[in-house]
Amino acid sequence: MSTVTLTTGLTLRDVVLTYPDGDRRLTALDRVSLSVAPGELTAVVGPSGSGKSSLLAVASTLLRPDSGQVLIAGADAGALSPRQATALRRDRVGIVFQQPNLLASLTALEQLLVVENLRGGRARAAHGRAERLLASVGIADGKQYRRPHQLSGGERQRVNIARALFAEPSVLLVDEPTSALDHERGAQIVELLADVTRDYATATVMVTHDRALLDRADQVLEMVDGYLG
Amino acid sequence: MFVALRDIRFARGRFALMGAVVALITTLVVFLYGLTGGLAADSSSAIAGLPAQDVVFGAPQGATPGVSFSNSSVSAAQQSAWESAPGVGSVSPVGIAMSRLTTAGSASSVSVLGVPAALLPPLTAGTAPGAGQVAVGQKTASADGVTVGSTVTVGARTLTVSGITADRSYGHAASVWTTVPTWQQVSGATGPSALAVDPGSADTAALDRAQNTDTVSRGSALAGIDGFSAEQGSLQMIQGFLFVVSALVIGAFFTVWTVQRRTDIAVLKAVGASSGYLVRDALGQALILLLGGSLVGAGVGLAGGALLRGGGMPFVLGAATVAVPVLAMVLLGLAGAALAVRRITSVDPLTALGANR
Repeated sequence: MSTVTLTTGLTLRDVVLTYPDGDRRLTALDRVSLSVAPGELTAVVGPSGSGKSSLLAVASTLLRPDSGQVLIAGADAGALSPRQATALRRDRVGIVFQQPNLLASLTALEQLLVVENLRGGRARAAHGRAERLLASVGIADGKQYRRPHQLSGGERQRVNIARALFAEPSVLLVDEPTSALDHERGAQIVELLADVTRDYATATVMVTHDRALLDRADQVLEMVDGYLG
Repeated sequence: MFVALRDIRFARGRFALMGAVVALITTLVVFLYGLTGGLAADSSSAIAGLPAQDVVFGAPQGATPGVSFSNSSVSAAQQSAWESAPGVGSVSPVGIAMSRLTTAGSASSVSVLGVPAALLPPLTAGTAPGAGQVAVGQKTASADGVTVGSTVTVGARTLTVSGITADRSYGHAASVWTTVPTWQQVSGATGPSALAVDPGSADTAALDRAQNTDTVSRGSALAGIDGFSAEQGSLQMIQGFLFVVSALVIGAFFTVWTVQRRTDIAVLKAVGASSGYLVRDALGQALILLLGGSLVGAGVGLAGGALLRGGGMPFVLGAATVAVPVLAMVLLGLAGAALAVRRITSVDPLTALGANR
């Protein structure tokens, strides 16, 4: 396992995360170390409950580990205030959720523009860039003006990916992206993730339990009971 | 308000329904507000329009004076003492009694006020009444077919109409105006009910102690009109309840709305939205709803009020009739919404990652 410190990718060093479980504490991440370089797609596989989602939660600053270090684009997430961590997540981290989690009231285009709005930018000025990004993931020809319920499952997942990429993040965290898709569309989504990882030079971590979709990953790690190996 | 505006557009049915509720409550409040003002004017405009700063109530020696036109009686000695007190600007006797005005073929309840000419409301025709004469309001003149020079009976006395005045009323009865001596003949009273004074530099508290009188401002004197405080208090209490209901309804709506949006809120937080951004967005949404609903409601209320007034119902149409209810609805509604949307701060962005798995 690599422990090289990267200044622009994602690095986890000896990260420990525990949860209260009755009178004792359950260890979700046990001295986990991980380095992902820009433009590299790392797949983390493992059964349910092995700690994959906890890994993403820590890597996205949504959870603070009990110990260890999380470096995102060179910034030590553990040293940041909650407000600074939110800003880091907004500017440097893209999250592709397991369920697309698109906002029902927004069109595909607006799902991206809201990211610009909450960064303090002008949504109208970002219109062209959002359309180009959606087109690059296959959402074009009027589909960008459709709301989530007017899109197929695969299309919603593509919008989900485009939204995660819109802020030009250094780190892309992908949570079970194919769980709601059939094998063919799942393979297309993984292909797309591999392509955007190269094209946008993101340090991508994809957690999945589907081992049939790993051939495009640069590195495959297995997680069992909180251990990453 | 990027998300707020699009939520309203997307869930337009729900927001239209809620806006209609806000509009209905605002309409009701505008009606009540206009009626409260109209009833207040109907009950007190004769006193509220007196060109005097204070009103002095009297009581016989040994009795305690109080703010009540029915119970008050000012003796000649008390009036004289006030008139001669150093620093007092002006003192005018005011007599008030309820009576009946009868003309050929009609009779109506009136309030009879005996005052010097200086306290009369503006005359639109004729002259100020002298001994044995009376001035009536325009509505009374029109309704009873009375003109200057007509003969009317007030109580048991026959009086000649000397002039027509702007409309005033007291105790929900149209006011007719005459001199203090003629009023005494009509009412059978031995002295005026109260004094309308401009206290100037006089020490009114010392005068009250010395003369067994009670001096209050003209505005406070309205409480001395029988039933005025109870009537106004009841209507204002209903207004208050409506405002509380509106805040609760808005709060309940945004509580349910926020709970329904928990997933969206978690996702927005996960992608970097601060709680402040989300709370501002939600309050902006509430403001749009409240402004839209209350302005529509105020428009309907005003139109309805104009119809009511045309039908003879006492209803005050003015800027305050609209501004106060709309402002109160918006502020109290925002307070209710603020209590509801603070739940946003407790939404955990981790749930967007399926933390419950």
